[in-house]
Parts: sequence; C-alpha cells; structure tokens
Amino acid sequence: MSVVLRSARPYGEEPVDVALENGVIAAIAAPGTLPAGDLEVDAAGLVLLPGLVDLHTHLREPGREDAETIETGTRAAALGGFTAVHAMANTQPVADTAGVVEMVWRRGVEAGHCDVHPVGAVTVGLGGEHLAELGAMADSAARVRVFSDDGVCVSDPVIMRRALEYVKAFDGVIAQHAQEPRLTQGAQMNEGALSGLLGLAGWPAVAEEAIIARDVLLAAHVGSRVHICHLSTAGSVDIVRYAKARGIDVTAEVTPHHLILTEDLAATYDPVFKVNPPLRTEADVMAVREGLEDGTIDAVATDHAPHAHEDKDCEWAAGAFGMLGLQTALSIVVDTMVRTGRLDWRDVADRMSVRPARIGRLGDQGRPIAVGESASLVLLDPAASWTVDPTALASRSRNTPFAGRELPARVVATFLRGRPTVLDGALA
Amino acid sequence: MRHLLSTTDLTREDALLILDTAAELARVTDRAVKKLPTLRGRTVVNLFFEDSTRTRISFEAAAKRLSADVITFSAKGSSVSKGESLKDTALTLEAMGADAVVVRHQASGAPYRLAHSGWVGCSVVNAGDGTHEHPTQALLDAFTLREHLGDLQGRRIVIVGDVLHSRVARSNAHLLSTLGACVTLVAPPTLLPVGVETWPCAVSYDLDEALEGADAVMMLRVQNERMNAAFFPSTHEYSRRYGLDTRRAALLSDDAVVLHPGPMNRGMEISADVADGARSVIVEQVTNGVSVRMAVLYLVLGARAEDQGGLLPAAEAVPA
Repeated sequence: MSVVLRSARPYGEEPVDVALENGVIAAIAAPGTLPAGDLEVDAAGLVLLPGLVDLHTHLREPGREDAETIETGTRAAALGGFTAVHAMANTQPVADTAGVVEMVWRRGVEAGHCDVHPVGAVTVGLGGEHLAELGAMADSAARVRVFSDDGVCVSDPVIMRRALEYVKAFDGVIAQHAQEPRLTQGAQMNEGALSGLLGLAGWPAVAEEAIIARDVLLAAHVGSRVHICHLSTAGSVDIVRYAKARGIDVTAEVTPHHLILTEDLAATYDPVFKVNPPLRTEADVMAVREGLEDGTIDAVATDHAPHAHEDKDCEWAAGAFGMLGLQTALSIVVDTMVRTGRLDWRDVADRMSVRPARIGRLGDQGRPIAVGESASLVLLDPAASWTVDPTALASRSRNTPFAGRELPARVVATFLRGRPTVLDGALA
Repeated sequence: MRHLLSTTDLTREDALLILDTAAELARVTDRAVKKLPTLRGRTVVNLFFEDSTRTRISFEAAAKRLSADVITFSAKGSSVSKGESLKDTALTLEAMGADAVVVRHQASGAPYRLAHSGWVGCSVVNAGDGTHEHPTQALLDAFTLREHLGDLQGRRIVIVGDVLHSRVARSNAHLLSTLGACVTLVAPPTLLPVGVETWPCAVSYDLDEALEGADAVMMLRVQNERMNAAFFPSTHEYSRRYGLDTRRAALLSDDAVVLHPGPMNRGMEISADVADGARSVIVEQVTNGVSVRMAVLYLVLGARAEDQGGLLPAAEAVPA
C-alpha cells in the first residue's frame, strides 16, 4: 500500500508531499506534485516527525493483565505517536530470561501497533544479587540491548560494575533506576518541608543523586555506557552535566510528569499523584526543563505505569507508584518545552525519537525524514487542544494525573514502516 | 465545621469555639448523671485500623455522654493485608447510617482521603493518622494548658522527643501557635523532620536551656525500636540528654505543668517522680479528652446550640 501525506510540514518546516511505500519514504516533493497513493492523507498544517520512541514503558504483561496488556498498552502508544516502546522487565514473571523477553516481543509483533522492545532484567528476579542471563536475552529473537531492574535500584556497587562491564560484549546498556534503598525505606513523597507537614516518609533527592554520581564514576572506570532512568532532581541534572563534560558515556531520561507536576499535589493524599521517583519541587521542574533543553537530558521517556483502579482508589500509603503517560507525553512536551520556546520541532524529534532510538540501538527508528529512510512517522496538529478524559484513554487503567486538564497538540496519524496505525486520531 | 482532620485547618476562632464548648460540656462530667440528649438518634462510628485503647474509649465515652449510638469497628492491621480496603469499610459503615466516622489509621492522610474522595458523605473526625496529625489530642492538651495557665498568648511551651514520627507534636505545634503560645521543639536532630524550620515554632537541641522558665513541657513517647534505626545510640543516652527528671523539672517556672499524651515509658523520656509529681497533669489530660471529644462531635454533627435551646439543658431537664 502506498500512502501520500499532502502538505505535511517535516519538523514544522516548509510543507511538502511525502510518499510512503514498501516501508520507506519513497519520495518527498513540492505540494501537489506527487501522483495519488492508495491512501491520501490531508496533512495541511500538520507537523511531521519521526515516530516517537519510548525508552521506558510498563506494559504489565505477563502478570498484571488487569492493569494493562501488550495489546492495550501499544494501542495507547500508537495513539500517543509512538512507533516503538521499551517494555520494562518488572513483570510477573520478571523478564529475566530469553523465554520471557521473546514472549513479550512476539506479543508486540502480533499486536502490531508499534515495535515492542523488551528490556531485560539486570539481575535474576530483580533481586539485585545474581546477574540474569543478559547474553541469552541479547541473542534471543527479541535482541535485547537495554537492561534494567527498573522499580528497583541495582544498589550493590559490585553487581552494578559487573553488569556495566558485561553488556559491553553486545553493545548493551544498563538503565539504572537510581534510588538508594536504605535512604528511601518506606518513602512516600519528596522529602522536604511538605513531607514533614503531611507526615509522609520522605524520598530525599540525595538518594537519587548519590546513585547517579556513583554510577557515572563506575561507567567511567570500566569504560561502559550507562543510562539514567527518570531523573528528577536539579542535583541529578548537575551530576549528569558534569559527567558529560568529562566525556563519560552517560545518557539520561526525564518523564513528562517531572516536567510539569510538583510535590504539592501530595497534599491531596490522592495516590493518582504518587509516583517513583516522586514529584519534586518547582526548582527541580525548572532544572529538568533546562537539562532537556541543553541536551544534558537526552530523552523524554514516559514511565507509563498503569495500575488497576483499586490500587489507586485508596489511602496514599496503600497506593501503587506510577502514572499513565503514553497518550499525554507529546502534549506535555509541547506544553512545557515547545510553547516555552525551549525546544523547536527538530529538538522534539531529537529528544523523543532520535536519541532514545540510538540509546536502545534501534536501527530503523528515530531516522531522518528523508527519501529511503524507514517510514515510521507521526503527524500531529500543533494548533489543536484536547481535554484528558481518563475513561477515553486506550490504556486498561485510568491513573492519569492529567484528568480534566486541557493539553495542547494532538496526534493525528502514526505510521509504522509505512503502515498507518493511527488515522484521524483513532486506531487505523 | 464539617470534619476535623488537622489542626492546621483551624483558625484561632475555630479552636476557641471547640475549647469553650468543651469547657461548657465539662460541667456535665461533674454531674451525677453524665449524659446529655444532644445527639440522640445520631450514629457515631469509631473506625480503628490501629490499636488505641485510650483514644477509642475516650471517643466512645464522649459519644455516649451525648446520647449518640456508638458502633466501634476495630480493623487491626493494614487494610491491604486484611483484604478489605479503607473505601469498602467506609462504604459499609455509611450504609449502616453513620453520621460521623471517627477514624484512626496507620496511613497519614487516610481521614483526609475519607473526607474528600467522595466515598462517603458523613463527617470525618481524625483520631490519629500515621505520622501526620492527632488533632483531638492537641485540643485536649490545649484545654488542659488553658485550665492551668489561662490564655496561652505568649506562654512558653516546650515539646520534647520524637517529633519526626509524632502526630501529637505536629498537631500541637500548629494548634498552640495558633492560640498564641511560643512553642519550642526539643529533640535530637535525627528526630526532627526535614523542613522543621518552616514550622511556626523554635527548635533546640538543648533541653536544659529550653526548659529554663518555661510554662509547660510536653514529653512525647519515644519508641525503643527507634534506637535500632540509628536515631539515637541507646535508651540511656536518650534519657540523659532528652529525658525529664526532677532536676530538669525544677528549671521550669513555678506554676508550670508537665504533660504526656501517653502511654509513657517511665524511666525513658520521663522519670516516675516527675510523671507522678505535683506538676504532672497527665491524668487530667485523660479526663479532658472526653470533654474535648464531646465538643468536636457536637460541632461536626452540626447540632447548633440554638436548635437545642442552649447547649446545656437546665439541670432539671436531664432525667435524674
């Protein structure tokens, strides 16, 4: 099937017609000059970007299919403009063997809404003690390159060092959930004056920063690359900036919610605002925006974390950590980074597609919009706005912190290697 | 006043209304028949997810003296481990016709959640939530202090101990400062929350200095197991540096009083001599707790004095 996008604006620049055929971009030409395709898409006024790549997605399958499945999670991904997601390993059973990662990968192929790249666990059962068979996962059909115990920190410095070294053999990367466990026992929210007032156990910034500092030094020492998951504090941005200036091979991601929400939402005691790492202060929000703008932070990653309704409709301490993110990520980035003049559309493509694809070593994602390149693309309407209705999201769960909020920019169409997965804002 | 969730929500006028109402209700306690018809036909549920015999029986006594029907529901252990959620428990109680729920819960904010989640429509009274607040304890402490010291404006009150984990300290720090008192918190630095400098009180690590000329001292319970988490090295060292003994009690002003919310660790944060001494008002606190809780239930259930022809019926109107 051939598709022609009429008058699309690549990276928000001059309008062109773009023809997609056989999975690649077959032609780019002045508006009105290309012959008709099997599918014509009126893209006037729409911005064309490479399909978004999420480094950090919880699809919950296998194990918690009541909260999300690979089918529902990847529908949400496609609707959010993503053409690839990295499925985190903290499933039940944990994705710590070739068998589990291949199952996740195959279910992703069957669902067909976007590429699903399983993340392999670093340690067996996320236990932090024994390395999982990282090589077997790398060599499997799923070709795992990103390894993470996300949800749990690889806190033992020796295990972390060995993992960093070991994955060099297949160009893998360890994605660290930076949380010093002893400093965060029972932690419920950011530690500060507000946690003291609310009587909620604090999750201090230093617990994140101390691990990041240790891990960039370890990565430098053993000559490996390291990726920092969901960095959330001003101090973390400083440490990564320092490490990059020293030539250390570190990359980092920030979540959409840490770009916009602050800890004061905890005063509602509503667990829909409970997330790990916790929402921080206004100063931290400004620092992560700054870091994303100057490239210290490489990527926006959703940390899409669906939870069953009963795991959020309860008291704060009993609530699960995590928020939905796939369908709101692009809008939050537009709101916080584009509208504020911090990023242009090429930068958005860089932080939400090009760099995450490079970190995950995905060959045909995050590619330039050019003839001959893979036709995984997203078309978005920058002038549109929409109101978040939790029940209207594709996810099985409803735990979005943005319920009722009006957000800018809407995904109109998503193409996975030339095939539409979303058209007119709905699943194709 | 629909709910009582936290002392930070109370204005000075709110607090004085509760305390003055409690003073009026306290007169009932002196009668042979300690009962008023005020809340007849209303149902008060005591929902206790945490053991607390003294707070529970105090609320029971308060509700019964106002002629309310009282249902006590003890759901020991966490709602999660028990399988039934806070929400379902609350829905059940509401379905039984509760007009007010008095809730004690190990999770900070659980009463706030009950009051604001839309699960139930009844009034919610916080009887202690996690390490957040215990507003009726602070109100009974303020009531006791006012009985001995009069107006608290400018009075120096020292709160000593595990402020970090203490809902009593949080509620008192805010309420007493709202009432005009000068509050000083004294604790080892490990047992003070981050950000305590933003609280409306002074902070000191030196108990002797803080006690000099103070009008009242409130000792907080310190759990022995805190020692195992390195909050302090040993009970002996804690006691030496932060315990109230006879020598330290002598540093207080002449008419000063000693409070403790109970249960006490005698020999740890307070010596037996002081606990049983002339300055101790610890037993009075318990008595006053009933009056203060009567006032709170009366006010949240909206039984305004004018509807009843005066808060206290004439003595002869009470069946003898």
